[in-house]
Amino acid sequence: MQDKGPGAVLSEGGPWGGSDGKEGEDKKPWAKSRPGSVGPSALDALIRRGRARFGGGGDPGGLQVGGLWRWGLAALILLWIGVTSTHMIGLQERGVVTRFGKYVGTLEPGLRWTLPAPIDFVTKVDVDNIHEIDIDTGPDGQAGENLVLTGDENLIDLAYSVRWSKRDPEQFLFEMQDPEQTIKEVAESAMREAIARVSFDEVIGAQRQIQQEVAERAQELLDSYHAGVVVQGVTIKQAGPPSEVLDAFKDVSAAQQKVQAFQKQAQSSALQVTARAQGEAAAFDAFYAQYKLAPEVTRRRMYYDTMEKVLAKTDKVVVEPRNIVPYITPGPIPAAPKPQEPAK
Amino acid sequence: MSLFDMMRRNPLVWLGAVLVVLAIGLSAFFVVPETKQALVLRFRQPMRIINPYASHEGYGRTGAGLAFKIPFLEQVVWVDKRVLNLDLPRQGVLSTDQYRLEVDAFARYRIVNPVRMYAVAGNEARVGEALKPILGAALRDELGKRRFAIMLSPERDVVMTNIRNALQRSAAQYGAQILDVRIKRADLPDGSPLDSAFERMRNTRQQQALSILADGRRQAQIVTGEADARAAEIYSASFGKDPAAYDFYRAMQSYRVTFGTDDNQPRGSATILLSPDNDYLRQFMGKRQ
Repeated sequence: MQDKGPGAVLSEGGPWGGSDGKEGEDKKPWAKSRPGSVGPSALDALIRRGRARFGGGGDPGGLQVGGLWRWGLAALILLWIGVTSTHMIGLQERGVVTRFGKYVGTLEPGLRWTLPAPIDFVTKVDVDNIHEIDIDTGPDGQAGENLVLTGDENLIDLAYSVRWSKRDPEQFLFEMQDPEQTIKEVAESAMREAIARVSFDEVIGAQRQIQQEVAERAQELLDSYHAGVVVQGVTIKQAGPPSEVLDAFKDVSAAQQKVQAFQKQAQSSALQVTARAQGEAAAFDAFYAQYKLAPEVTRRRMYYDTMEKVLAKTDKVVVEPRNIVPYITPGPIPAAPKPQEPAK
Repeated sequence: MSLFDMMRRNPLVWLGAVLVVLAIGLSAFFVVPETKQALVLRFRQPMRIINPYASHEGYGRTGAGLAFKIPFLEQVVWVDKRVLNLDLPRQGVLSTDQYRLEVDAFARYRIVNPVRMYAVAGNEARVGEALKPILGAALRDELGKRRFAIMLSPERDVVMTNIRNALQRSAAQYGAQILDVRIKRADLPDGSPLDSAFERMRNTRQQQALSILADGRRQAQIVTGEADARAAEIYSASFGKDPAAYDFYRAMQSYRVTFGTDDNQPRGSATILLSPDNDYLRQFMGKRQ
């Protein structure tokens, strides 16, 4: 089984380059239809007669020339039959066969036979290849932005592509006058319909859903035409504000970034404030737990500790008079102002 | 054998005669492809249709293939069997609320009655030409009755169906069937309508930016305010257990900070005058309590 495919290709592939005898035997129906017996001999007779008339004479050399003529013609016809009746259908292809214009069948991949050319014609259709149509220009294919109206009466600049392949080769060949144009228009129509249903911000946010929706809608419409194509997918490549209003949109994103900065700042300061509160509360709680055990002693101890530290680093004056209340002055006391005193 | 003799005498004439007969014989046959309908006319009268359109019988069974006609007497008019495109040039449409729109529409149709088509239009190219203005008029008529917003709503389908029906009434006279009518594009015309739409978008976005900022500030304030409240709550829960103890505790802390004793850089120098009555000096004075 395995060597039959490629083997057949090789052995059949040879003949129409080389000998013609074997091929004539292989394909008996065509060998019969070869107009060798009638056509060439009648023509032959005519030529011979003509030659006799013009005084060429019926010499053996003339006969040989006539024979060559006949063989040459036969070989040409066989070559024609061989070339036009064998078809190599690639793995990704299907061959649609029409006999005098009438559809008779579809050839699967492999080496296939049909009647020769004026009778059968084979149109190869590539069914696997995915075609892509880009839609990103202004009206009527002019350069510019593809502006689409959204549901909230805004304009969006949209670039997208449609991927499609041929599903049904017969339908593809026989149903549509201009399949590619149709696919493009249908996709465009479906896209605008989908965009018109949602707001500008939804288009930006829900692109995946829109792609899906448009692909389904386009498929539905194409099926209603029996277009024989399958929409593989719609991809939005770019969806954004038109260049005329880009600055205003940048303002919005700048504001959004600013707000994010605000919020981050607020959150971190909030965190600090609460963390500090928790820390201080925890410290006090620890102190208070101790303090409760022996309030008076703890109080005294802390008081002396603190005073020791405070007074160790400051200048101290102990004033005797009874009526003086303790007070604190900022900066060095009396010593400094002294030189300035006389001026006053 | 006289025929043979004549042939013998004048072979080239005979060859010509044979070729002419052959040509006439061949002209009686014609090939009808799957994509075409052949309308056979005899003295300009439609006689029969080969491979006529009928909804989806399957290819190969609709009559396409080799067909016969009487030479000279009968002629063939070819009619496309496929779905045909009708692309309308851009149309300016004015809605009831005075919005101008530039609309690109297309229709898909096919010729289902070649006899009628031939009688009315003569050939299929003229059908397309005849349908274009009708489609344009139907479009302007239908959209002119609506508000602009309808174009951007699900009601659009209703509009399209109405246009299709209006077009179908005319198309039937041409032996054509309209599969559907669709709007490919609907754009605001260049100039003031487009500019005012841009202006509106710009304003909306600027407003949006301002409100985003205001809202963000508010949010941030809420966050900090809430944090302050939570901190106060924590403080009061802890310190409220014994306000006097807290007062003392906090005072001690405060003294250390104020007099810069907790770190090595004093915050300004200080001199303290102490009364001997000061509590700290109680023992210093050698008093007994």
